[in-house]
Amino acid sequence: MTAGLLPSPAVVDAVAQGRLHRASRRRWVVLVLAALVVVAFAASLMIGRTSYPPLDVLRVVLGEDVPGASFTVGRLRLPRAVLAVVAGLSFGLAGVTFQTMLRNPLASPDVIGITSGASAAAAFAIVFLGWDGTAVSVTAIVAALGIALLVYALAFKDGVAGTRLILIGIGVAAMSRSLTSYVLSRAGAWDFAEALRWLTGSLNGTSWDATVPALLALLVLAPVLLAQGRQLSALLLGDDTASALGVRVERTRVLAIVAAVGLLAFATAACGPIAFVSFLAGPIAARVVGPHGSLLVPAALVGALLVLVADLVGQFALGTRFPVGVVTGVLGAPYLLFLIVRTHRAGGSL
Amino acid sequence: MTTDHSLAAQALTLAYGERAVIEDLDLVVPPGRITAIVGANASGKSTLLRSMSRLLPPRRGQVVLDGRSVHRLPAKELARTLGLLPQSPIAPEGITVADLVGRGRHPHQGMFSRWSRDDDAAVAAALEATSTTTLADRAVDELSGGQRQRVWIAMALAQQTDLLLLDEPTTFLDVSHQIEVLDLLTDLNRTRGTTIVMVLHDLNMAARYADHLVALAGGRVHSAGDPADVLTQECVRAVFGLESRVVVDPTSDKPLMLPIGRHHMAAPAGALGERT
Repeated sequence: MTAGLLPSPAVVDAVAQGRLHRASRRRWVVLVLAALVVVAFAASLMIGRTSYPPLDVLRVVLGEDVPGASFTVGRLRLPRAVLAVVAGLSFGLAGVTFQTMLRNPLASPDVIGITSGASAAAAFAIVFLGWDGTAVSVTAIVAALGIALLVYALAFKDGVAGTRLILIGIGVAAMSRSLTSYVLSRAGAWDFAEALRWLTGSLNGTSWDATVPALLALLVLAPVLLAQGRQLSALLLGDDTASALGVRVERTRVLAIVAAVGLLAFATAACGPIAFVSFLAGPIAARVVGPHGSLLVPAALVGALLVLVADLVGQFALGTRFPVGVVTGVLGAPYLLFLIVRTHRAGGSL
Repeated sequence: MTTDHSLAAQALTLAYGERAVIEDLDLVVPPGRITAIVGANASGKSTLLRSMSRLLPPRRGQVVLDGRSVHRLPAKELARTLGLLPQSPIAPEGITVADLVGRGRHPHQGMFSRWSRDDDAAVAAALEATSTTTLADRAVDELSGGQRQRVWIAMALAQQTDLLLLDEPTTFLDVSHQIEVLDLLTDLNRTRGTTIVMVLHDLNMAARYADHLVALAGGRVHSAGDPADVLTQECVRAVFGLESRVVVDPTSDKPLMLPIGRHHMAAPAGALGERT
């Protein structure tokens, strides 16, 4: 046998060690992120105008009747905190899916108009059609899919180029937001806080009615996306290489788009387009995990953490109560500027 | 060790939109040998290679691997037999060499199967064969062009396919790196019997390294066979529209094409022992 047919055991061991090292770092990061999400979730149940000790909160969550806490924690804080987690996971998953698929951190669904399209449709359905519940979710998902198709179709010219898609998406996002503003301006009876839900995203006044559809969508669609994890990471190598590695590129893309758009639309119908969570979750996850393996799970956890913490900050840290989307927007906008400045410094295009 | 996979294009027509790029083309890839495909720009050589690895569905005809159309084979099954290195593959930002080479194991892993000792061994073998072992923990974006190309070839090797298709593997490389890559592919062919099909734009490199040379012109095979028979002045004229002399390269004993431009036509005919 010649060299190259049988590798030397030392090299095999080195390869195995490097791989185990990467895997163990990844495991640790995921565990720490999950623990932080649990802590932030517990904190959002405990902290408020009246704060409750962990034991009371636990008893409420387990279904016991605790005077005072049962209403405040069980009816007000629990659905809000659950929706924060569900929406964060959904936005994180959907965002990193689009960024991976289009190989560009700017190509997140809240930048290219899909989230704002869903939001405009949800606001329209509520204000002009007087719909609620499932009908609103369905309207949002139809609109989000429609916007995704529209952006894709407008950007299509001998294949889809990332830059064109992003610029067209930014235009579509602006149109959707102006539509939302128009709808809200015609809804006289609405208060300003409610309007903010559809403009920047808000968890104020969350009930189980809003949370449950988003939770069910997450339970159905997240496994679909996670099953595509390895195929999605292979797409980062380019369609040709991925295909040469045995990935069914078109099938992966269609499944991923439908699942991601579904997650976004259900989450948006519940709490509005919480600004920049989709956009930030993936890059932050990539920074902490390193460029190894699928980013789906870490990005989902980062998304949940962002929404939980931003909601706590918005409610209690700033004196006035701000909706969660205002806080995430403050975080996201500088990063967007940073990305654009960096690509231009490097002499690249978007 | 030789592989006996048969790969052939049969009455293949390929088109982008209305424009046919390859028309009614027949091509048999000799198993266990190195085949080089040459032709002018836009002669359809990359298109042909893409279709042979099923990236482009044929308009008519088919590409047959071991008696079955590649476009009907399950994706992973095909990817365990036939590998492709595209012309400009994309490395994810920050990815390390070992991780990138490991991506070559994709077709060998199921949805739930764990990474195995076989996978590690395949990656190690690919690193050793391409002399990239010392680069294993480096980020791919930091490497030089030649190193990067070796890493991509290592990824294709980790795929452990008996057939390997490469689209212009030497583009953007300086001459010493070109030789390094082509020597590496020759080693691979001689030691493992891997069937290699590559598109090359440098006619002389193709003639030097190929056992089987295929010249494309106008979407068809102009000529195919031993480079000594294929690379002639007539062939260069028909395929590239260029006047030339073809001499014997004293270092490789293979044909060497010397182009004749409007400013360089001084050497007397016959002085160089030409083949006509």
